[in-house]
Amino acid sequence: MTTVLTLAYLLAAVLFILGLRQLSSPRTARNGNYTAAAGMVIALGATVPQLHFTSAGAIIVLVGVIVGAAVGTVGARQVKMTAIPQMVALFNGAGGGAAALVAVAELLKFGSHPPFSEAFPSVFSIVIGSVSFAGSIIAFAKLQELMTGTPITYPGQQLVNGLIAAAIIGFVIAVLAIASIPFSFLSLMLLALILGVAFVLPIGGADMPVVISLLNAFTGLAVAASGFTLNNFALIVAGTLVGASGSLLTKLMSDAMGRSLGNVLFGAFGQVRAGAGAGAAGKETRTVRTSSIEDLATLLAYSRRVIVVPGYGLAVAQAQHAVRELAELLEKKGVEVSYAIHPVAGRMPGHMNVLLAEANVPYEQLKEMDEINDEFKDADVVLVVGANDVVNPAARTSPGSPIYGMPILNADQAKNIVFLKRSMRPGFAGIDNDLLYDPKTIMLFGDAKDSLTKLVNAVKAA
Amino acid sequence: MNNELLNELTFFVLAVFVGIEVISKVPTMLHTPLMSGTNAIHGIILVGALLIAAGANSPVNVILGFLAVVLATTNVVGGFVVTDRMLEMFKGRQAQPKTPEAAKSK
Repeated sequence: MTTVLTLAYLLAAVLFILGLRQLSSPRTARNGNYTAAAGMVIALGATVPQLHFTSAGAIIVLVGVIVGAAVGTVGARQVKMTAIPQMVALFNGAGGGAAALVAVAELLKFGSHPPFSEAFPSVFSIVIGSVSFAGSIIAFAKLQELMTGTPITYPGQQLVNGLIAAAIIGFVIAVLAIASIPFSFLSLMLLALILGVAFVLPIGGADMPVVISLLNAFTGLAVAASGFTLNNFALIVAGTLVGASGSLLTKLMSDAMGRSLGNVLFGAFGQVRAGAGAGAAGKETRTVRTSSIEDLATLLAYSRRVIVVPGYGLAVAQAQHAVRELAELLEKKGVEVSYAIHPVAGRMPGHMNVLLAEANVPYEQLKEMDEINDEFKDADVVLVVGANDVVNPAARTSPGSPIYGMPILNADQAKNIVFLKRSMRPGFAGIDNDLLYDPKTIMLFGDAKDSLTKLVNAVKAA
Repeated sequence: MNNELLNELTFFVLAVFVGIEVISKVPTMLHTPLMSGTNAIHGIILVGALLIAAGANSPVNVILGFLAVVLATTNVVGGFVVTDRMLEMFKGRQAQPKTPEAAKSK
Protein backbone atom coordinates (compact mmCIF):
# COMPACT_ATOMS: atom_id res chain seq x y z
CA MET A 1 0.00 0.00 0.00
CA THR A 2 1.35 3.42 -0.85
CA THR A 3 1.48 6.24 1.66
CA VAL A 4 -1.11 8.26 -0.25
CA LEU A 5 -3.53 5.37 -0.27
CA THR A 6 -3.06 4.71 3.43
CA LEU A 7 -3.63 8.37 4.28
CA ALA A 8 -6.69 8.49 2.05
CA TYR A 9 -8.15 5.45 3.83
CA LEU A 10 -7.40 7.05 7.20
CA LEU A 11 -9.19 10.22 6.12
CA ALA A 12 -12.13 8.14 4.87
CA ALA A 13 -12.34 6.30 8.20
CA VAL A 14 -12.37 9.61 10.08
CA LEU A 15 -15.12 10.94 7.82
CA PHE A 16 -17.22 7.79 8.38
CA ILE A 17 -16.94 8.20 12.14
CA LEU A 18 -17.75 11.92 11.99
CA GLY A 19 -20.64 11.18 9.65
CA LEU A 20 -22.11 8.64 12.05
CA ARG A 21 -21.82 11.16 14.86
CA GLN A 22 -23.53 13.91 12.87
CA LEU A 23 -26.36 11.46 12.20
CA SER A 24 -27.11 11.61 15.91
CA SER A 25 -28.81 15.01 15.75
CA PRO A 26 -31.71 15.95 13.46
CA ARG A 27 -30.02 19.27 12.66
CA THR A 28 -26.77 17.75 11.41
CA ALA A 29 -28.03 14.39 10.22
CA ARG A 30 -28.22 15.30 6.58
CA ASN A 31 -24.68 16.66 6.61
CA GLY A 32 -23.62 13.47 8.34
CA ASN A 33 -24.74 11.49 5.34
CA TYR A 34 -22.77 13.83 3.04
CA THR A 35 -19.71 13.50 5.29
CA ALA A 36 -19.86 9.71 5.07
CA ALA A 37 -20.41 9.91 1.31
CA ALA A 38 -17.34 12.17 1.02
CA GLY A 39 -15.34 9.53 2.88
CA MET A 40 -16.59 6.96 0.39
CA VAL A 41 -15.60 9.12 -2.59
CA ILE A 42 -12.11 9.63 -1.14
CA ALA A 43 -11.61 5.92 -0.46
CA LEU A 44 -12.77 4.99 -3.96
CA GLY A 45 -10.91 7.85 -5.64
CA ALA A 46 -7.64 6.81 -3.99
CA THR A 47 -8.15 3.16 -4.89
CA VAL A 48 -8.81 3.50 -8.62
CA PRO A 49 -5.34 4.83 -9.65
CA GLN A 50 -3.75 1.86 -7.80
CA LEU A 51 -5.62 -0.72 -9.88
CA HIS A 52 -3.92 -2.67 -12.66
CA PHE A 53 -6.67 -3.25 -15.17
CA THR A 54 -6.77 -6.16 -17.56
CA SER A 55 -8.88 -5.38 -20.65
CA ALA A 56 -11.69 -7.62 -19.38
CA GLY A 57 -11.31 -6.04 -15.94
CA ALA A 58 -11.73 -2.53 -17.31
CA ILE A 59 -14.91 -3.48 -19.12
CA ILE A 60 -16.55 -5.26 -16.20
CA VAL A 61 -15.68 -2.45 -13.80
CA LEU A 62 -17.07 0.22 -16.13
CA VAL A 63 -20.25 -1.67 -17.00
CA GLY A 64 -20.67 -2.92 -13.43
CA VAL A 65 -20.45 0.56 -11.92
CA ILE A 66 -22.88 2.00 -14.48
CA VAL A 67 -25.41 -0.79 -13.93
CA GLY A 68 -25.09 -0.68 -10.14
CA ALA A 69 -25.33 3.12 -9.99
CA ALA A 70 -28.41 3.08 -12.21
CA VAL A 71 -30.15 0.38 -10.16
CA GLY A 72 -29.23 2.07 -6.88
CA THR A 73 -30.29 5.56 -7.93
CA VAL A 74 -33.56 4.54 -9.56
CA GLY A 75 -34.42 2.20 -6.69
CA ALA A 76 -33.70 4.82 -4.05
CA ARG A 77 -35.49 7.63 -5.91
CA GLN A 78 -38.57 5.68 -6.91
CA VAL A 79 -39.24 3.90 -3.64
CA LYS A 80 -42.26 5.10 -1.71
CA MET A 81 -41.55 6.30 1.81
CA THR A 82 -43.62 3.44 3.18
CA ALA A 83 -41.42 0.92 1.38
CA ILE A 84 -38.12 2.19 2.77
CA PRO A 85 -37.50 -0.72 5.17
CA GLN A 86 -37.51 -3.31 2.40
CA MET A 87 -35.37 -1.05 0.20
CA VAL A 88 -32.75 -0.86 2.94
CA ALA A 89 -32.96 -4.67 3.19
CA LEU A 90 -32.35 -5.00 -0.55
CA PHE A 91 -29.33 -2.66 -0.60
CA ASN A 92 -27.99 -4.47 2.44
CA GLY A 93 -28.36 -7.84 0.73
CA ALA A 94 -26.44 -6.50 -2.27
CA GLY A 95 -23.56 -5.52 0.02
CA GLY A 96 -23.55 -8.93 1.71
CA GLY A 97 -23.51 -10.70 -1.65
CA ALA A 98 -20.65 -8.51 -2.86
CA ALA A 99 -18.61 -9.25 0.29
CA ALA A 100 -19.04 -13.01 -0.20
CA LEU A 101 -18.08 -12.83 -3.90
CA VAL A 102 -15.00 -10.73 -3.15
CA ALA A 103 -13.87 -13.31 -0.59
CA VAL A 104 -14.40 -16.20 -3.04
CA ALA A 105 -12.47 -14.44 -5.82
CA GLU A 106 -9.60 -13.55 -3.52
CA LEU A 107 -9.36 -17.04 -2.06
CA LEU A 108 -9.26 -18.64 -5.53
CA LYS A 109 -6.02 -16.74 -6.20
CA PHE A 110 -4.23 -18.76 -3.55
CA GLY A 111 -4.84 -22.08 -5.25
CA SER A 112 -5.63 -25.19 -3.27
CA HIS A 113 -3.68 -24.37 -0.10
CA PRO A 114 -4.26 -20.80 1.03
CA PRO A 115 -2.56 -19.72 4.27
CA PHE A 116 -4.83 -19.91 7.32
CA SER A 117 -4.72 -16.12 7.88
CA GLU A 118 -6.31 -15.68 4.43
CA ALA A 119 -8.61 -18.68 4.45
CA PHE A 120 -10.21 -18.03 7.82
CA PRO A 121 -11.55 -14.50 7.19
CA SER A 122 -12.52 -15.47 3.63
CA VAL A 123 -14.61 -18.38 4.77
CA PHE A 124 -16.18 -16.19 7.47
CA SER A 125 -17.04 -13.55 4.87
CA ILE A 126 -18.47 -16.13 2.46
CA VAL A 127 -20.75 -17.60 5.11
CA ILE A 128 -21.91 -14.38 6.76
CA GLY A 129 -22.20 -12.48 3.47
CA SER A 130 -24.30 -15.24 1.92
CA VAL A 131 -26.58 -15.50 4.97
CA SER A 132 -27.06 -11.73 4.82
CA PHE A 133 -27.74 -11.81 1.08
CA ALA A 134 -30.36 -14.58 1.20
CA GLY A 135 -31.90 -13.34 4.46
CA SER A 136 -32.26 -9.80 3.10
CA ILE A 137 -33.99 -11.05 -0.05
CA ILE A 138 -36.51 -12.97 2.08
CA ALA A 139 -36.99 -9.91 4.33
CA PHE A 140 -37.62 -7.82 1.21
CA ALA A 141 -40.09 -10.38 -0.19
CA LYS A 142 -41.97 -10.48 3.12
CA LEU A 143 -42.26 -6.72 3.54
CA GLN A 144 -43.06 -6.16 -0.13
CA GLU A 145 -45.77 -8.79 0.31
CA LEU A 146 -44.35 -10.93 -2.49
CA MET A 147 -44.82 -13.72 0.04
CA THR A 148 -46.74 -14.02 3.28
CA GLY A 149 -45.47 -11.66 5.96
CA THR A 150 -46.44 -13.98 8.79
CA PRO A 151 -43.94 -16.40 10.30
CA ILE A 152 -43.53 -19.63 8.34
CA THR A 153 -42.97 -22.48 10.76
CA TYR A 154 -43.00 -26.24 10.78
CA PRO A 155 -42.30 -28.81 13.47
CA GLY A 156 -38.62 -29.30 14.19
CA GLN A 157 -37.69 -26.07 12.42
CA GLN A 158 -35.12 -24.98 14.98
CA LEU A 159 -33.58 -28.44 14.76
CA VAL A 160 -33.31 -28.23 10.96
CA ASN A 161 -31.80 -24.74 11.15
CA GLY A 162 -29.41 -25.98 13.82
CA LEU A 163 -28.37 -28.86 11.58
CA ILE A 164 -27.73 -26.51 8.64
CA ALA A 165 -25.61 -24.32 10.91
CA ALA A 166 -23.76 -27.38 12.22
CA ALA A 167 -23.15 -28.59 8.66
CA ILE A 168 -21.70 -25.18 7.79
CA ILE A 169 -19.40 -25.21 10.81
CA GLY A 170 -18.28 -28.76 9.97
CA PHE A 171 -17.67 -27.75 6.40
CA VAL A 172 -15.70 -24.69 7.48
CA ILE A 173 -13.45 -26.81 9.70
CA ALA A 174 -12.92 -29.30 6.88
CA VAL A 175 -12.12 -26.53 4.41
CA LEU A 176 -9.66 -24.87 6.78
CA ALA A 177 -8.01 -28.01 8.07
CA ILE A 178 -7.82 -30.26 5.06
CA ALA A 179 -7.77 -28.73 1.62
CA SER A 180 -9.39 -25.77 -0.06
CA ILE A 181 -10.54 -26.86 -3.44
CA PRO A 182 -12.66 -24.26 -5.27
CA PHE A 183 -15.81 -26.40 -5.23
CA SER A 184 -15.90 -26.51 -1.45
CA PHE A 185 -16.48 -22.75 -1.42
CA LEU A 186 -19.43 -23.08 -3.73
CA SER A 187 -20.99 -25.74 -1.51
CA LEU A 188 -20.32 -23.60 1.52
CA MET A 189 -21.94 -20.61 -0.16
CA LEU A 190 -24.97 -22.69 -1.11
CA LEU A 191 -25.40 -23.98 2.44
CA ALA A 192 -25.10 -20.43 3.81
CA LEU A 193 -27.70 -19.17 1.34
CA ILE A 194 -30.07 -21.91 2.50
CA LEU A 195 -29.40 -20.96 6.12
CA GLY A 196 -30.15 -17.30 5.33
CA VAL A 197 -33.55 -18.24 3.91
CA ALA A 198 -34.33 -20.73 6.69
CA PHE A 199 -33.28 -18.23 9.36
CA VAL A 200 -35.63 -15.44 8.23
CA LEU A 201 -38.65 -17.60 7.25
CA PRO A 202 -39.94 -18.11 10.83
CA ILE A 203 -39.64 -14.40 11.62
CA GLY A 204 -42.43 -12.09 10.67
CA GLY A 205 -44.74 -9.28 11.57
CA ALA A 206 -43.34 -6.51 13.70
CA ASP A 207 -40.00 -8.31 14.07
CA MET A 208 -38.78 -7.74 10.52
CA PRO A 209 -36.99 -4.41 11.25
CA VAL A 210 -34.92 -6.08 13.97
CA VAL A 211 -33.89 -8.76 11.50
CA ILE A 212 -32.97 -6.22 8.83
CA SER A 213 -30.85 -4.37 11.36
CA LEU A 214 -29.15 -7.62 12.36
CA LEU A 215 -28.46 -8.52 8.73
CA ASN A 216 -27.05 -5.02 8.26
CA ALA A 217 -24.60 -5.71 11.07
CA PHE A 218 -23.81 -9.10 9.48
CA THR A 219 -22.93 -7.44 6.18
CA GLY A 220 -20.65 -5.03 8.05
CA LEU A 221 -18.79 -7.96 9.61
CA ALA A 222 -18.59 -9.79 6.27
CA VAL A 223 -17.07 -6.65 4.72
CA ALA A 224 -14.56 -6.42 7.57
CA ALA A 225 -13.65 -10.08 7.06
CA SER A 226 -13.13 -9.46 3.34
CA GLY A 227 -10.88 -6.60 4.44
CA PHE A 228 -8.74 -9.08 6.40
CA THR A 229 -8.50 -11.27 3.31
CA LEU A 230 -7.47 -8.36 1.08
CA ASN A 231 -5.36 -6.73 3.81
CA ASN A 232 -7.36 -3.58 3.21
CA PHE A 233 -7.57 -1.05 6.05
CA ALA A 234 -10.63 0.78 4.67
CA LEU A 235 -12.72 -2.37 4.49
CA ILE A 236 -11.71 -3.53 7.96
CA VAL A 237 -12.46 -0.23 9.69
CA ALA A 238 -15.67 0.71 7.84
CA GLY A 239 -17.03 -2.84 7.98
CA THR A 240 -16.31 -3.14 11.68
CA LEU A 241 -17.87 0.24 12.43
CA VAL A 242 -21.08 -0.95 10.78
CA GLY A 243 -20.88 -4.37 12.42
CA ALA A 244 -20.53 -2.84 15.89
CA SER A 245 -23.05 -0.02 15.55
CA GLY A 246 -25.51 -2.29 13.73
CA SER A 247 -25.34 -4.85 16.55
CA LEU A 248 -26.04 -2.17 19.14
CA LEU A 249 -28.90 -0.76 17.04
CA THR A 250 -30.38 -4.26 16.77
CA LYS A 251 -30.30 -4.60 20.54
CA LEU A 252 -31.88 -1.15 21.01
CA MET A 253 -34.68 -2.15 18.65
CA SER A 254 -35.53 -5.41 20.39
CA ASP A 255 -35.31 -3.61 23.75
CA ALA A 256 -37.88 -1.12 22.47
CA MET A 257 -40.23 -4.05 21.91
CA GLY A 258 -39.59 -5.36 25.39
CA ARG A 259 -38.14 -8.62 24.13
CA SER A 260 -34.73 -10.20 24.01
CA LEU A 261 -32.98 -10.62 20.71
CA GLY A 262 -33.05 -14.40 21.13
CA ASN A 263 -36.80 -14.28 21.54
CA VAL A 264 -37.16 -12.20 18.38
CA LEU A 265 -34.98 -14.54 16.31
CA PHE A 266 -36.14 -17.90 17.61
CA GLY A 267 -39.46 -17.17 19.27
CA ALA A 268 -41.48 -17.36 16.02
CA PHE A 269 -43.58 -14.32 16.77
CA GLY A 270 -47.26 -15.09 16.87
CA GLN A 271 -46.85 -18.73 17.86
CA VAL A 272 -48.52 -18.04 21.18
CA ARG A 273 -51.38 -16.32 19.41
CA ALA A 274 -53.55 -19.42 19.44
CA GLY A 275 -53.30 -19.67 23.21
CA ALA A 276 -54.01 -15.99 23.74
CA GLY A 277 -56.92 -16.10 21.29
CA ALA A 278 -58.62 -18.93 23.14
CA GLY A 279 -58.91 -16.82 26.28
CA ALA A 280 -60.43 -14.00 24.29
CA ALA A 281 -63.26 -16.05 22.81
CA GLY A 282 -66.64 -14.39 22.64
CA LYS A 283 -65.13 -11.06 21.69
CA GLU A 284 -67.21 -10.90 18.53
CA THR A 285 -70.32 -10.32 20.59
CA ARG A 286 -68.92 -7.18 22.16
CA THR A 287 -69.92 -3.87 20.69
CA VAL A 288 -67.90 -0.82 19.76
CA ARG A 289 -68.92 2.81 19.81
CA THR A 290 -68.92 4.93 16.69
CA SER A 291 -69.78 8.57 16.22
CA SER A 292 -70.53 11.13 13.54
CA ILE A 293 -67.75 13.22 12.02
CA GLU A 294 -69.40 16.39 13.37
CA ASP A 295 -69.47 15.14 16.96
CA LEU A 296 -65.83 14.15 16.73
CA ALA A 297 -64.89 17.51 15.24
CA THR A 298 -66.58 19.29 18.12
CA LEU A 299 -64.85 17.06 20.64
CA LEU A 300 -61.47 17.85 19.07
CA ALA A 301 -62.05 21.56 18.59
CA TYR A 302 -63.00 22.10 22.24
CA SER A 303 -60.24 20.01 23.74
CA ARG A 304 -57.26 21.53 25.49
CA ARG A 305 -54.79 18.77 24.75
CA VAL A 306 -54.83 16.34 21.82
CA ILE A 307 -52.20 13.66 21.34
CA VAL A 308 -51.90 12.01 17.94
CA VAL A 309 -50.64 8.42 17.85
CA PRO A 310 -49.60 7.69 14.28
CA GLY A 311 -49.06 4.16 12.99
CA TYR A 312 -48.33 2.27 9.85
CA GLY A 313 -51.96 2.69 8.67
CA LEU A 314 -51.30 6.43 8.41
CA ALA A 315 -48.39 5.74 6.11
CA VAL A 316 -50.36 3.33 3.96
CA ALA A 317 -53.20 5.81 3.54
CA GLN A 318 -50.66 8.59 2.77
CA ALA A 319 -52.49 10.57 5.44
CA GLN A 320 -49.48 12.38 6.91
CA HIS A 321 -50.37 15.67 5.17
CA ALA A 322 -54.00 15.44 6.25
CA VAL A 323 -53.06 14.81 9.88
CA ARG A 324 -50.66 17.77 9.83
CA GLU A 325 -53.43 19.96 8.41
CA LEU A 326 -55.81 18.87 11.15
CA ALA A 327 -53.15 19.52 13.81
CA GLU A 328 -52.44 23.03 12.47
CA LEU A 329 -56.14 23.83 12.40
CA LEU A 330 -56.58 22.66 16.01
CA GLU A 331 -53.55 24.66 17.13
CA LYS A 332 -55.11 27.80 15.61
CA LYS A 333 -58.11 27.09 17.79
CA GLY A 334 -55.83 27.00 20.82
CA VAL A 335 -55.60 23.23 21.19
CA GLU A 336 -52.22 21.90 22.20
CA VAL A 337 -51.27 19.12 19.79
CA SER A 338 -48.38 16.72 19.99
CA TYR A 339 -47.49 13.43 18.38
CA ALA A 340 -46.60 10.37 20.44
CA ILE A 341 -44.09 8.26 18.59
CA HIS A 342 -43.70 4.70 19.79
CA PRO A 343 -40.16 3.35 19.26
CA VAL A 344 -41.46 0.74 16.82
CA ALA A 345 -44.28 2.76 15.26
CA GLY A 346 -44.50 2.07 11.57
CA ARG A 347 -42.21 -0.72 10.57
CA MET A 348 -38.88 0.54 11.81
CA PRO A 349 -37.78 2.75 14.67
CA GLY A 350 -37.86 6.30 13.37
CA HIS A 351 -40.04 5.36 10.40
CA MET A 352 -42.93 7.54 11.64
CA ASN A 353 -40.64 10.49 12.23
CA VAL A 354 -39.48 10.28 8.64
CA LEU A 355 -43.03 10.15 7.31
CA LEU A 356 -44.29 13.02 9.46
CA ALA A 357 -41.24 15.11 8.67
CA GLU A 358 -42.08 14.56 5.01
CA ALA A 359 -45.41 16.27 5.69
CA ASN A 360 -43.60 19.23 7.34
CA VAL A 361 -44.64 18.35 10.86
CA PRO A 362 -42.09 20.22 12.99
CA TYR A 363 -39.98 17.69 14.85
CA GLU A 364 -40.41 19.62 18.11
CA GLN A 365 -43.98 18.27 18.18
CA LEU A 366 -42.82 14.68 17.84
CA LYS A 367 -42.46 13.24 21.32
CA GLU A 368 -40.84 9.93 22.10
CA MET A 369 -42.65 7.43 24.27
CA ASP A 370 -40.78 8.04 27.52
CA GLU A 371 -41.19 11.76 27.11
CA ILE A 372 -44.95 11.75 26.60
CA ASN A 373 -46.25 8.70 28.44
CA ASP A 374 -47.03 10.65 31.62
CA GLU A 375 -48.99 13.25 29.65
CA PHE A 376 -51.68 10.90 28.35
CA LYS A 377 -53.71 11.16 31.57
CA ASP A 378 -54.03 14.92 31.00
CA ALA A 379 -55.02 14.54 27.35
CA ASP A 380 -58.62 15.19 26.39
CA VAL A 381 -58.42 13.21 23.20
CA VAL A 382 -55.96 10.66 21.89
CA LEU A 383 -56.28 10.34 18.13
CA VAL A 384 -54.96 6.95 17.07
CA VAL A 385 -54.39 7.02 13.33
CA GLY A 386 -53.70 3.63 11.82
CA ALA A 387 -51.90 2.33 14.89
CA ASN A 388 -52.98 -0.60 17.01
CA ASP A 389 -50.38 -2.82 18.68
CA VAL A 390 -48.49 0.10 20.22
CA VAL A 391 -51.52 1.07 22.34
CA ASN A 392 -52.72 -2.47 23.08
CA PRO A 393 -53.10 -2.85 26.88
CA ALA A 394 -52.60 -6.61 26.46
CA ALA A 395 -48.88 -5.80 26.50
CA ARG A 396 -49.34 -4.81 30.16
CA THR A 397 -52.06 -7.15 31.32
CA SER A 398 -52.08 -10.41 29.45
CA PRO A 399 -49.01 -12.63 29.98
CA GLY A 400 -50.15 -15.04 27.25
CA SER A 401 -50.00 -12.39 24.56
CA PRO A 402 -47.07 -12.35 22.14
CA ILE A 403 -46.59 -8.64 22.77
CA TYR A 404 -46.68 -9.06 26.57
CA GLY A 405 -43.94 -6.93 28.10
CA MET A 406 -43.60 -4.54 25.16
CA PRO A 407 -43.68 -0.96 26.43
CA ILE A 408 -46.81 0.72 25.09
CA LEU A 409 -48.17 4.24 24.87
CA ASN A 410 -50.58 4.96 27.73
CA ALA A 411 -53.38 5.94 25.36
CA ASP A 412 -55.89 4.12 27.58
CA GLN A 413 -55.38 6.75 30.31
CA ALA A 414 -56.74 9.60 28.20
CA LYS A 415 -60.27 10.92 28.67
CA ASN A 416 -61.32 9.98 25.13
CA ILE A 417 -59.71 7.69 22.63
CA VAL A 418 -60.52 7.99 18.94
CA PHE A 419 -59.40 5.22 16.60
CA LEU A 420 -59.22 5.94 12.88
CA LYS A 421 -59.15 2.45 11.42
CA ARG A 422 -60.24 0.67 8.28
CA SER A 423 -61.88 -2.19 10.16
CA MET A 424 -61.76 -4.14 13.39
CA ARG A 425 -58.89 -6.17 11.94
CA PRO A 426 -55.99 -6.68 14.33
CA GLY A 427 -52.69 -4.88 13.77
CA PHE A 428 -49.36 -6.00 12.39
CA ALA A 429 -48.77 -8.38 15.30
CA GLY A 430 -52.11 -10.07 14.62
CA ILE A 431 -53.50 -9.64 18.12
CA ASP A 432 -56.93 -8.38 19.11
CA ASN A 433 -56.95 -5.07 20.98
CA ASP A 434 -59.25 -4.70 24.01
CA LEU A 435 -58.90 -0.95 23.89
CA LEU A 436 -61.13 -0.88 20.80
CA TYR A 437 -64.01 -2.09 23.00
CA ASP A 438 -63.34 0.35 25.84
CA PRO A 439 -66.32 2.57 26.73
CA LYS A 440 -64.06 5.66 26.34
CA THR A 441 -63.21 4.64 22.80
CA ILE A 442 -64.84 5.96 19.65
CA MET A 443 -64.23 4.17 16.37
CA LEU A 444 -64.18 6.04 13.09
CA PHE A 445 -64.04 3.47 10.32
CA GLY A 446 -62.67 4.20 6.88
CA ASP A 447 -59.55 5.21 5.04
CA ALA A 448 -57.44 7.36 7.37
CA LYS A 449 -56.92 10.08 4.77
CA ASP A 450 -60.64 10.33 3.93
CA SER A 451 -61.60 10.42 7.59
CA LEU A 452 -59.01 13.08 8.39
CA THR A 453 -60.05 15.24 5.43
CA LYS A 454 -63.66 15.05 6.57
CA LEU A 455 -62.57 15.91 10.12
CA VAL A 456 -60.60 18.92 8.86
CA ASN A 457 -63.69 20.26 7.08
CA ALA A 458 -65.89 19.60 10.07
CA VAL A 459 -63.46 21.28 12.48
CA LYS A 460 -63.39 24.35 10.20
CA ALA A 461 -67.16 24.50 10.53
CA ALA A 462 -67.20 23.85 14.29
CA MET B 1 1.02 -14.23 13.86
CA ASN B 2 2.65 -11.75 11.54
CA ASN B 3 2.87 -8.04 12.06
CA GLU B 4 0.29 -7.08 9.47
CA LEU B 5 -2.34 -9.32 11.00
CA LEU B 6 -1.63 -7.83 14.43
CA ASN B 7 -2.09 -4.32 13.03
CA GLU B 8 -5.34 -5.36 11.41
CA LEU B 9 -6.60 -6.89 14.64
CA THR B 10 -5.79 -3.63 16.43
CA PHE B 11 -7.83 -1.60 13.92
CA PHE B 12 -10.63 -4.11 14.22
CA VAL B 13 -10.87 -3.98 18.00
CA LEU B 14 -10.64 -0.19 18.14
CA ALA B 15 -13.30 0.14 15.43
CA VAL B 16 -15.66 -2.07 17.47
CA PHE B 17 -15.45 0.36 20.38
CA VAL B 18 -15.79 3.45 18.21
CA GLY B 19 -18.77 1.93 16.38
CA ILE B 20 -20.62 1.29 19.63
CA GLU B 21 -19.65 4.59 21.22
CA VAL B 22 -20.60 6.72 18.25
CA ILE B 23 -24.19 5.52 17.91
CA SER B 24 -25.05 5.19 21.59
CA LYS B 25 -26.13 8.85 21.50
CA VAL B 26 -28.52 8.58 18.56
CA PRO B 27 -32.20 9.33 19.36
CA THR B 28 -34.86 6.80 18.36
CA MET B 29 -36.29 9.10 15.71
CA LEU B 30 -33.06 8.82 13.74
CA HIS B 31 -32.74 5.05 13.92
CA THR B 32 -34.07 4.40 10.43
CA PRO B 33 -31.79 6.98 8.75
CA LEU B 34 -28.91 5.70 10.87
CA MET B 35 -29.49 2.12 9.80
CA SER B 36 -29.67 3.28 6.22
CA GLY B 37 -26.52 5.39 6.64
CA THR B 38 -24.50 2.52 8.09
CA ASN B 39 -25.89 0.37 5.29
CA ALA B 40 -24.37 2.80 2.79
CA ILE B 41 -21.04 2.79 4.62
CA HIS B 42 -20.58 -0.96 4.29
CA GLY B 43 -20.84 -0.28 0.57
CA ILE B 44 -17.08 0.28 1.02
CA ILE B 45 -16.96 -3.33 -0.17
CA LEU B 46 -16.92 -1.65 -3.60
CA VAL B 47 -13.20 -1.00 -2.95
CA GLY B 48 -12.75 -4.75 -2.55
CA ALA B 49 -14.90 -5.48 -5.59
CA LEU B 50 -12.78 -3.09 -7.70
CA LEU B 51 -9.57 -4.76 -6.49
CA ILE B 52 -10.71 -8.21 -7.61
CA ALA B 53 -12.55 -7.09 -10.77
CA ALA B 54 -9.80 -4.89 -12.22
CA GLY B 55 -7.29 -7.70 -12.48
CA ALA B 56 -9.77 -10.33 -13.66
CA ASN B 57 -8.03 -12.69 -16.07
CA SER B 58 -10.16 -15.83 -16.11
CA PRO B 59 -13.84 -16.39 -16.96
CA VAL B 60 -14.57 -17.27 -13.32
CA ASN B 61 -12.95 -14.07 -12.08
CA VAL B 62 -14.73 -11.99 -14.71
CA ILE B 63 -18.11 -13.30 -13.58
CA LEU B 64 -17.32 -12.95 -9.87
CA GLY B 65 -15.82 -9.49 -10.35
CA PHE B 66 -18.68 -8.20 -12.45
CA LEU B 67 -21.36 -9.41 -10.02
CA ALA B 68 -19.42 -8.04 -7.05
CA VAL B 69 -19.03 -4.60 -8.68
CA VAL B 70 -22.73 -4.41 -9.61
CA LEU B 71 -23.90 -5.45 -6.14
CA ALA B 72 -21.44 -3.23 -4.29
CA THR B 73 -22.23 -0.17 -6.43
CA THR B 74 -25.95 -0.73 -5.89
CA ASN B 75 -25.29 -0.87 -2.16
CA VAL B 76 -23.21 2.28 -1.99
CA VAL B 77 -25.20 4.49 -4.40
CA GLY B 78 -28.65 3.31 -3.33
CA GLY B 79 -27.65 3.50 0.33
CA PHE B 80 -26.54 7.12 0.28
CA VAL B 81 -29.36 8.32 -1.98
CA VAL B 82 -32.13 6.71 0.05
CA THR B 83 -30.61 8.03 3.30
CA ASP B 84 -30.52 11.53 1.86
CA ARG B 85 -34.15 11.20 0.79
CA MET B 86 -35.12 10.36 4.36
CA LEU B 87 -33.06 13.13 5.90
CA GLU B 88 -34.14 15.93 3.59
CA MET B 89 -37.49 15.67 5.34
CA PHE B 90 -36.19 16.57 8.76
CA LYS B 91 -36.92 20.26 8.85
CA GLY B 92 -37.35 22.54 11.80
CA ARG B 93 -40.39 24.72 12.33
CA GLN B 94 -38.55 27.83 11.18
CA ALA B 95 -37.57 26.25 7.89
CA GLN B 96 -41.14 25.30 7.16
CA PRO B 97 -42.62 27.23 4.23
CA LYS B 98 -46.13 28.52 4.63
CA THR B 99 -48.34 26.04 2.85
CA PRO B 100 -51.28 27.17 0.73
CA GLU B 101 -53.70 25.07 2.82
CA ALA B 102 -52.53 26.73 6.02
CA ALA B 103 -53.12 30.16 4.53
CA LYS B 104 -56.55 29.24 3.22
CA SER B 105 -57.84 27.76 6.44
CA LYS B 106 -58.11 31.13 8.21
